[in-house]
Amino acid sequence: MGAYLQPRDLDEALRHLAQGPLTVAAGCTDLFPATERQRLAGDVLDISGLAGLRGVSRHADGWRIGAGTTWSEVIAADLPAGFDMLKAAAREVGSVQIQNAGTLGGNLCNASPAADGVPPLLALGASVELVSASGARVLPLEEFLIGPRRTARRAQELLSAVLVPEAAGASTFRKLGARRYLVISIAMVAARLVLREGRIERAWVAVGACSPVARRLGALEARLVGMGAAEVAGLEPGFLEGVLSPIADVRGSAEYRLGAAEELVRRSVGELMEGRA
Amino acid sequence: MKDAGLASLSINGRPVEVASDPGRRLSDVLREELGLRGTKVGCDAGDCGACTVLLDGAPVCACLTPLGRALGREIATVEGGVAEDLQASFLRHGAAQCGICTPGMLMAASALLTRNARPSRGEVEAALGGVLCRCTGYAKIVDAVMATATAAPALPKAGAAVGARVERLDGRPKVDGSESYGADHVPEGALLVRAVRSPHVAARFALGDIQSWAARHGVQVFTAADIPGENRFSAIPAFADQPALARDRVRMRGEAVAIVAGPPEVVEALDLATFPVDWSEDTGLRDPDSAESAGAPQLHEDRGGNILTRGLVRRGDARAALAGSAHLAEVEVRTSFVEHAYIEPEAGVAWMEGDVLVIRACTQAPVMDRDETAKILALPPERVRIIPAATGGGFGSKLDVSLQPLIGLVALRSGRPARMVYTRRESMASTTKRHPAHMQARAGADATGRITGMVFDGQFDTGAYASWGPTVAVRVPVHASGPYRVPAYDARSRAVHTNNPVAGAFRGFGVPQAAVAQETLFEDLALAAGIDRLAFRRINALKDGDRSVCGQELWGVGIDDCLAALEGPWAQALAEAEAANAQGGRIRRGVGVASCWYGCGNTGLPNPSTVRAGITREGRLRLHQGATDIGQGANTVIAQIFADALGVDLASVELIGPDTALTPDCGKTSASRQTFVTGKAALLAGQALRARLLALANMGDEASIAFENGAVVLREGARSRRIAPAELPLDVLGYALSVEETYDPPTSGLDADGQGVPYAVYGYGAQVAEVAVDLDLGTVKVLRITAAHDVGRAINPALAEGQIEGGIAQGLGMALMEEYIPGRTENLHDYLIPTTGDMPEVRSILVEKPDPEGPLGAKGLGEHVLIPTAPAILNAIRHASGARLTRLPALPHRVRAAIREAAP
Ligand SMILES: Cc1cc2nc3c(=O)[nH]c(=O)nc-3n(C[C@H](O)[C@H](O)[C@H](O)COP(=O)(O)OP(=O)(O)OC[C@H]3O[C@@H](n4cnc5c(N)ncnc54)[C@H](O)[C@@H]3O)c2cc1C
Ligand code: FES
Ligand code: FES
Repeated sequence: MGAYLQPRDLDEALRHLAQGPLTVAAGCTDLFPATERQRLAGDVLDISGLAGLRGVSRHADGWRIGAGTTWSEVIAADLPAGFDMLKAAAREVGSVQIQNAGTLGGNLCNASPAADGVPPLLALGASVELVSASGARVLPLEEFLIGPRRTARRAQELLSAVLVPEAAGASTFRKLGARRYLVISIAMVAARLVLREGRIERAWVAVGACSPVARRLGALEARLVGMGAAEVAGLEPGFLEGVLSPIADVRGSAEYRLGAAEELVRRSVGELMEGRA
Repeated sequence: MKDAGLASLSINGRPVEVASDPGRRLSDVLREELGLRGTKVGCDAGDCGACTVLLDGAPVCACLTPLGRALGREIATVEGGVAEDLQASFLRHGAAQCGICTPGMLMAASALLTRNARPSRGEVEAALGGVLCRCTGYAKIVDAVMATATAAPALPKAGAAVGARVERLDGRPKVDGSESYGADHVPEGALLVRAVRSPHVAARFALGDIQSWAARHGVQVFTAADIPGENRFSAIPAFADQPALARDRVRMRGEAVAIVAGPPEVVEALDLATFPVDWSEDTGLRDPDSAESAGAPQLHEDRGGNILTRGLVRRGDARAALAGSAHLAEVEVRTSFVEHAYIEPEAGVAWMEGDVLVIRACTQAPVMDRDETAKILALPPERVRIIPAATGGGFGSKLDVSLQPLIGLVALRSGRPARMVYTRRESMASTTKRHPAHMQARAGADATGRITGMVFDGQFDTGAYASWGPTVAVRVPVHASGPYRVPAYDARSRAVHTNNPVAGAFRGFGVPQAAVAQETLFEDLALAAGIDRLAFRRINALKDGDRSVCGQELWGVGIDDCLAALEGPWAQALAEAEAANAQGGRIRRGVGVASCWYGCGNTGLPNPSTVRAGITREGRLRLHQGATDIGQGANTVIAQIFADALGVDLASVELIGPDTALTPDCGKTSASRQTFVTGKAALLAGQALRARLLALANMGDEASIAFENGAVVLREGARSRRIAPAELPLDVLGYALSVEETYDPPTSGLDADGQGVPYAVYGYGAQVAEVAVDLDLGTVKVLRITAAHDVGRAINPALAEGQIEGGIAQGLGMALMEEYIPGRTENLHDYLIPTTGDMPEVRSILVEKPDPEGPLGAKGLGEHVLIPTAPAILNAIRHASGARLTRLPALPHRVRAAIREAAP
């Protein structure tokens, strides 16, 4: 039977990690479903007791969300409208039970293509902070997520926080699934806009579950600048073709996913323009 | 740092010490170490929420919580963590059917009510969204949480139990966490049993050096070679073909090839992938078309062309009738494997009592379990006793034996109690499913909209073994006409073997699939004839005295009453949809209707029930009720019928059983037969006992009967007579006075053309579905379902509504989201069943057109309720969007493709 370590502070946790590979356990909502056993496999480092990894704070250079912050805590946090999409995504994660245990950091480290936290954080231009006994480094989220279930985290590192430089504008999140609760996304879209006189001045748009890693859509964002509501509604069918590479699986065909993602983009951006978000 | 030794927990306000590893699931520690088995485990993956407990007041899944995280925090469980008024409200509203989800529901609801004493419906739905219920359709659960303050209804007076909204008599343990399901009884020293299962859909295999493997791990291994009796079983003895443990060949994924037994901690830790078995994989037949193609390998030697059985019902010349019809329609529809997805995976324990093998497991058919297990283990049936555990949902799948012969073998061979609890994946991979159907149907109508004839052909993928495939093949052609007058008819079905999962019994035995074809076909005919779709169905509805497609003269036919009851809701729904659609937009509303009929009991075969009742010397009244209550309410309904027939207060009836050692055979809980068949036996038993008492007291039928202070007191007018059972001699059954009555429905076998009297009683129903379809995303939201069901006599209206709501939830799942794909959806996050947020408002209308044969006019209901749902939803989708779905489930991508096809 493996060890079960419950460090009291970050330094202690990092010392353990420096000594050899450990399974980092946060909310365990991804770890436990991956096994049929009654015990987590291997040597476990339970980081849920680390107060320093939790909570949301405002700093001169932006916001810091501790990696151990649960989805419920994200929902309850006092954050500006630019974060509405992250809160909306949090409300869509599984169920209340999952939101009470699952963490932002676990969602990112698990790196599922359908992770609901990723598109909103991409559309917030987030970076991640990784710490180890030998220091800390910050990576843009795009560079941290390198593939389905693959991240740039090194074995001795912990993901300590998500850093958001600015959160101007209003934002929204749309998730499409085959049922209401406890559902894995067929496609999801996070969008954030700064408007000026009914036209888009700046846009951030990211799509999940339609590529191996959720994608921020730079070209589309550039195209959206200057558009009014009618032009957004009129975005032509196929405008994301070649940009996204959805797969076909039990949840939907590739062609359907692409069309749905396009429609979710039209609706999310359109809704923000009408101020309905 | 490395935690060992004892740790402290606080559970329901009390400090508790535990020795477990801090990395263990809290659910497992609560259940197995602390014996707090009120917390249920349905998936070990966060998907079902049955394990919900409160950690410092916040609901979490105990299965996803390592013990270490719970240390020093307050844990609330169903044993003590729930307010009494909430429990009482669940009971009163009928919010617990099988009850396996109830602890999780109660905990999630408690957390909500602590924060928010008067939540809205939407808030309740969101708070309960993480707990799955497969029985209730959620409405009564949400009602119970919203109305905890309502007062309990008064108990009915003697003789007035039938028709009253009596609370479930066996409900209390379901709401206080003390109900004991298959996994909840663990005798001291029980061995844990796990099965080694095939990862392949088809393979030959050879076992390696099992002895050394077993010795190395300190466990015992049993294989086909250890089975003393006949190593094959089937629900229908004539088709017995499924080995309890495969010998050298597997025909499906998940088939067991060996079992391993030993001390729980040892067996749990085993990596069964190291078990010595050499597989040589075959390609296998993945679909019935390949199985039927010329030269396909045969799954079973004696079943040429891989055909298990065929069914046929023929009346008149259907093709000629179609040729002369004014309107014609044609459909081709495919449905998918559907998983029962009860929240309780199979579980049970076996032990020896003297030379009797006792098996306590979840089941729908105790006597069948006994006989099949006895045959496999070469025991006479009297040496096997089945004590059904409380069963956390069955819906047809728990009619078949699963783990009974396996744990039986271990207990028999080792002399030790043997326990087995399936994992969710194991349950889904190895047990039966609803048959996928590929159906083609044509029908015609004359210029006035009267149906002239119908031709139906259905291919049913019956999977690797027979199970209930023959029943499906027989039931489908009998029912494929729907409850309509079809003068010329030709319906054929065949059950085809493949290397897919065993398709067996699932609420409706193939009739729900057939109804999808038939009701969408009649939709086309109504549209072609230009007749209102509900009116079209009324024109063709069967009436009293009509003959069915089997040539049976029918009485007590309530379909037109159901359709008539829907006229108002239908007109209103159409008007609302039209008004909504007039606003424009890409979300379109639509309304659809579909009917059902369903014969109660076995098809043209005997299926008796025997009910015993007795008065003990102490003056207690006992009802031996052998119908297993899997949540549908047999314990309550049968007792209500009996109490009224005897003329006593319901509270004086004590229920015994079911237990093959204590209760006479009441047959299986399937085919919607228990209220009708066992209910009738209970009626007869009640009447017989009443007659005995009246004769003893020399009183007339007006006399009242009461059990008072150890005596039976009869009163008629001013006269009163006291019978003291203590003074009577004991009879052979050990009672002062007892009766036993058997009822077997009068049916006759079907001839070569399927003509005859397949069932003595039918139930009828119709449902109107209102939907909103997103034309761009293809998503469907069901807004409301109005369900009118003819139950003959509503013995317990609250339980009947519960059946309707639960059946509709399953019908909705089948219509919109449920698709089991072997090897890919063996869990409850890839296999989706409806959550609280997916259920529409359900309005139930109970129609009571008495059946001349049923007890007090009652008919069955359990399966009927889900039959019209899927076709009503499909017809509503079509009305909204023009989309004609030809493949179920109507997942968003399929709906959107069908919309594009309808309006390119
Ligand atoms: C029923 C159910 C429904 C779900 N629904 C959704 C959904 O709708 N949308 C969605 O996106 N997800 C969903 N999930 C997945 C999961 O809940 C989320 O991904 C959650 O955010 C994971 O967080 P956690 O803290 O539980 O991670 P854990 O399970 O504790 O960890 C996940 C992985 O991350 C690693 N890890 C965790 N924290 C750190 C850290 N700080 N530093 C380094 N490594 C770390 C772990 O070692 C592990 O590999 C669902 C899960 C379940 C069981
Ligand atoms: S057992 Fe925990 S969620 Fe199913
Ligand atoms: S009552 Fe909810 S699962 Fe049976």
